[in-house]
Amino acid sequence: MYTVETINKIQDEIVEEFSQYGDWLEKYELLIEYSKTLPVISETFKTEENLVAGCTSKVWLHAEVKDGNVFYSADSDAIITKGLVALVSRILSGHTPREIMDAELYSIKKIGLSEHLTPNRANGLQAMIRKMKEYAKSAGGND
Amino acid sequence: MDKTIAITENIQKIRQDFPILGRNINNHPLVYFDNAATTHKPRQVLDALVHFYSHENSNIHRGVHTLAQEVTGKYENAREKIRSFINASYSHEIIFTKGTTESINLAASSFSKRFVSSGDEIVITEMEHHSNFIPWQIACSERSATLKVCRITDSGELDLDHFRELLTSKVKLIAVTHISNSLGTVNPVKKIIEEAHASGIPVLIDGAQAIAHSRVNVQELDCDFYCFSGHKMYGPTGIGILYGKEKYLNDMPPYQSGGSMIKKVTVKETTFGDLPLKFEAGTPPVGDAIALVAAVEYIENLGFDFIVNRENELVNYALDKLETLSDIKMYGHAKHRAPVISFLIDTIHPYDTGIILDKLGIAVRTGHHCTQPVMDKYNIPGTVRVSFAFYNTIEEIDAFIIGIERVKKILKV
Repeated sequence: MYTVETINKIQDEIVEEFSQYGDWLEKYELLIEYSKTLPVISETFKTEENLVAGCTSKVWLHAEVKDGNVFYSADSDAIITKGLVALVSRILSGHTPREIMDAELYSIKKIGLSEHLTPNRANGLQAMIRKMKEYAKSAGGND
Repeated sequence: MDKTIAITENIQKIRQDFPILGRNINNHPLVYFDNAATTHKPRQVLDALVHFYSHENSNIHRGVHTLAQEVTGKYENAREKIRSFINASYSHEIIFTKGTTESINLAASSFSKRFVSSGDEIVITEMEHHSNFIPWQIACSERSATLKVCRITDSGELDLDHFRELLTSKVKLIAVTHISNSLGTVNPVKKIIEEAHASGIPVLIDGAQAIAHSRVNVQELDCDFYCFSGHKMYGPTGIGILYGKEKYLNDMPPYQSGGSMIKKVTVKETTFGDLPLKFEAGTPPVGDAIALVAAVEYIENLGFDFIVNRENELVNYALDKLETLSDIKMYGHAKHRAPVISFLIDTIHPYDTGIILDKLGIAVRTGHHCTQPVMDKYNIPGTVRVSFAFYNTIEEIDAFIIGIERVKKILKV
């Protein structure tokens, strides 16, 4: 079944969750809470090739396929970056490669975190999303 | 009038010369503590740029028309102004480049082609900015020479004993920064130059961080090359200076080729022009050079006595305040320091600190500051760096200290 809708449903839930907080401080506090929910990458996968290039803070990203769905684990040495990768992971993890490749992450802008999408932001959120999609592609997104 | 009030009023007047300082960032008045990356531009510099493009714009050195003549004169006056600012012997020892990075690349490339051969050595230091590191690494690799790196001590000062050990007869040049951009250390460059010259070795000084913070006198230093950028001294981006002693510049081959730098071109061969044009291929940053004069005049009007006192006052106040906070670890404890402070809060990643401070309107630098070997030495991913200019205020430092407390609270330290 083609269920990109479930990705958008999760995004809408997240937008709703963030909309309860008016100021940036609370949004960042929520992002920090998110960082604690991230499935943490096993130490053995913290390799040079699993590092997301283009981040000042280090981000390691790993993907596994279970029953045709992609599951991500990650870590970062910066907590806000870790929160961002946790957020994206919550949206994309558990979906098929095709769904992940087609996903449009509109929620980040809606939440009010679009500043992290500008190319000069050193956390490399764009690079993280690209790498997640690359993993999905190599896991069979061309099927 | 009370002296403190007089200074405050004076600073407020100075701040009005810098339009950007009136900006609000994320609903807070901008606190700009990233002056080591680039300084802001006073109205006088902005006016000079607008005036140039509105009334004077022309290409230089070739045209016979009035505009070309006028602008050529102004461009060469800019060279003379820089000569006198750093007290070089001749204006043809001043080469305009696009910045410190290009100045060092030019020097590294041309000097090594003429003076460095297989088996020779070049000495740099562990605290160099990548711009004074990589060009020498490349030059050495191209010339089959060896790059030697002088260690720094735990307090972030050059290990002068190690430096002396490195001064062998194989060394063709020493390249060292005047002030460390990541640690704030002011290096004893005069002493280094004296000792190098005693062994017959020329010295290049990376002056990017020094030029706006203390009077630089290249004849008194007796340095062989001195490099700096316009944008770190209240001038425009896109303009930099390579000062070199005539005896070296004359012998060095051109760096780039093209218009302006030739004597004669035939289908068989090209002969090159004299200094300084030999090193200025293509249309130079004419408007930027002219506006840089306004920046130099601005600095001279304030005077280095005022600038140095003011910046010392700011950095000492900030150091005292930071020391009262718990969980702050500072990097770089040189006895002689510039208005630069590098630190970390407990285990908080510098990136997280930078993001939260930005939300409070406070601009700091985070990361390795293009000095990865320094970060490797301390085994840290980077630091938070604050760097001051004379237009900063005590109140801004207070706002920054409150910001640090908020970072700690938000990130639960």
